[in-house]
Amino acid sequence: MRELRYAEALREALQEEMRRDPAVLVFGEDVAAYGGVFKVTRDLLAEFGPARVRDTPIAEQAICGLAIGAAMMGLRPVAEIMYVDFLPLCLDQLVNQASVLPWIWNGRVRLPFVLRTQGGVGAGAAAQHSKSLEAWVAHVPGLKVVMPATPADAKGLLTAAIRDPDPVVFIEHKALYNTRGPVPEGEHLVPIGPAAVRRPGRDVTLVASSRMVLEALRAAELLAAEGIEAEVIDLRTLRPLDVGTLVASVRRTHRAVVVNEGWRFAGFGAELAATIAEEAFAWLDAPVQRLGAADRPIPYAEPMERASIPDAARIAAAARSCLG
Amino acid sequence: MLNRPGLGELREMYRRMVLVRRLEEELGRLHREGRTRGPIHRCDGQEAVGIGATAALEREDLVTSTHRGHAHHVGKGVPLGPLVAEILGRATGSCGGRAGHMLVADPEVGLLGGCGIVGGMLPVAVGQALAFQVRGEPRVVCAFLGDGAAQIGAAHEAMNLAGLWRLPVVFLIEANGFGLTVPTAAQSAVNELAIRAAGYAMPGRTVDGNDVRAVFAAVAEAAARARRAEGPSLIEARTFRLEGFSTSDLGGYRDPAELAAWRARDPIARLRGELLPELGESALLALEGEAERELARALEAALAAPPPPAETLAAPEYASEAGARGETAGA
Repeated sequence: MRELRYAEALREALQEEMRRDPAVLVFGEDVAAYGGVFKVTRDLLAEFGPARVRDTPIAEQAICGLAIGAAMMGLRPVAEIMYVDFLPLCLDQLVNQASVLPWIWNGRVRLPFVLRTQGGVGAGAAAQHSKSLEAWVAHVPGLKVVMPATPADAKGLLTAAIRDPDPVVFIEHKALYNTRGPVPEGEHLVPIGPAAVRRPGRDVTLVASSRMVLEALRAAELLAAEGIEAEVIDLRTLRPLDVGTLVASVRRTHRAVVVNEGWRFAGFGAELAATIAEEAFAWLDAPVQRLGAADRPIPYAEPMERASIPDAARIAAAARSCLG
Repeated sequence: MLNRPGLGELREMYRRMVLVRRLEEELGRLHREGRTRGPIHRCDGQEAVGIGATAALEREDLVTSTHRGHAHHVGKGVPLGPLVAEILGRATGSCGGRAGHMLVADPEVGLLGGCGIVGGMLPVAVGQALAFQVRGEPRVVCAFLGDGAAQIGAAHEAMNLAGLWRLPVVFLIEANGFGLTVPTAAQSAVNELAIRAAGYAMPGRTVDGNDVRAVFAAVAEAAARARRAEGPSLIEARTFRLEGFSTSDLGGYRDPAELAAWRARDPIARLRGELLPELGESALLALEGEAERELARALEAALAAPPPPAETLAAPEYASEAGARGETAGA
């Protein structure tokens, strides 16, 4: 299979869906003429024109409101919020309008839009451009939250998100845009919801999403050299959560390390650990290990930045501690 | 549409204004009797804005409303039975009792919709208008906001984008004198909110919000402009909130003389006075009786209707689970 970069896979999904469905629009800051600061929307303006590919002002509430209103009227907007750190600027639109209206209006409207954004550490972008805020939106009923880890999933999940009838917050990772991997040509759909077992193993389950999947896979390599077989689960979708895959794995391995790049306290890992405790307590041979970002703003200086989030070595150490 | 309402239109506007006033009075009574849940935001005194504006729109146009929207709902044509039932949280309500009075919506008549967050629907209105523009549909969104909402950041973002992209939006400020308890003068750097239109490359004008003809004319003109793809407008309709910010209002912050002066300028009494020579007393009494009976029927039916059962909380979270039930308006 041909290989693409994660950013190219995303662009291909946008391009194919815009060709397939004239209701798909793309808008956001710097997405049209410049092609997006991470070049995910490169050349879309040339192919689809200024009515369907639009630069917006630096106005996140308006961007999100545009998506909601246009979706309510039957379009399929894909809006870009340049950094997940800017998501708080439009949280009212997401949390008080998008997530609320379809259900509160008794299913009388649908909001089929995608809010693309990206987060995470990786570019020395400092405290206001490096966070992982997925837990903020995964908390909210009515929203779907998707975080692809591979180029193939980037294409397949974005395609599924565009065709989905519900609001989808699609969180990419800045340090994944240049990663390469096989990506199917033509229509490629990865359903929203199901997790993927990226590496089977019988001794411990490592649960991760987005770039932390890559760290978990590296940790599994380190552990394999010591004779420990780790199973790596890539959640792919955080809400709705694939509890079945998660719990089945932990019931087999009897140990779990949950890894999230966001802050540990009240973070998404807490939801995973609680779910495992509820659904697999009797199968556990050790307490669930929970890794997340240090409870500090993400610092600029490189050694501090690197120390602030989990990595393969720390994941492997947590796995060893489960195995006693 | 002509910018001047005909006699038939005025007659219907009068009936609707009376209906809204009676609705607000009845809701006040029910609240005092402990038969409503939560605060209700009455629009007594502001009826000419909501009714006059919606009368100047077409059925396929949209309205985004506010927490104080009963005149918008009635004016846009939400059937009264389901509207009153929704306000009272009944299963027979427009939204099955899930929404309550602040969040009423009805895609069938283009009310999309109410909002309890001040200014919350303004960015959404811009998105709705974008869909009309992209598809080349001659439809307009009338986005209601208060003078309080005019101070929030979302209003600036929405108005700037609408002006920039020349979107078919009529921003209609119901300047009712207060944001909750704080008077406009203590909330806004400018007294005349309509002048802000200049900053968004759109025409702005101030009208007497207690004059239903003036509101109708201004909205008809702005809607026609939007339909001609000439972009948005800002209208400031000066009116006054005769009751509290909600039924929870404890009072104590209003100037009694100012209130009395505005009561003397009641928009319903004013229109009645204007229609009297044209229609005669008996016709007006008949109209008022008609409105009262319609409201009484709706109230009686709503009060007799059950609330939605607790089990409906298990209704699917997502449209993807709900199958083909949800319909998106205008699609």
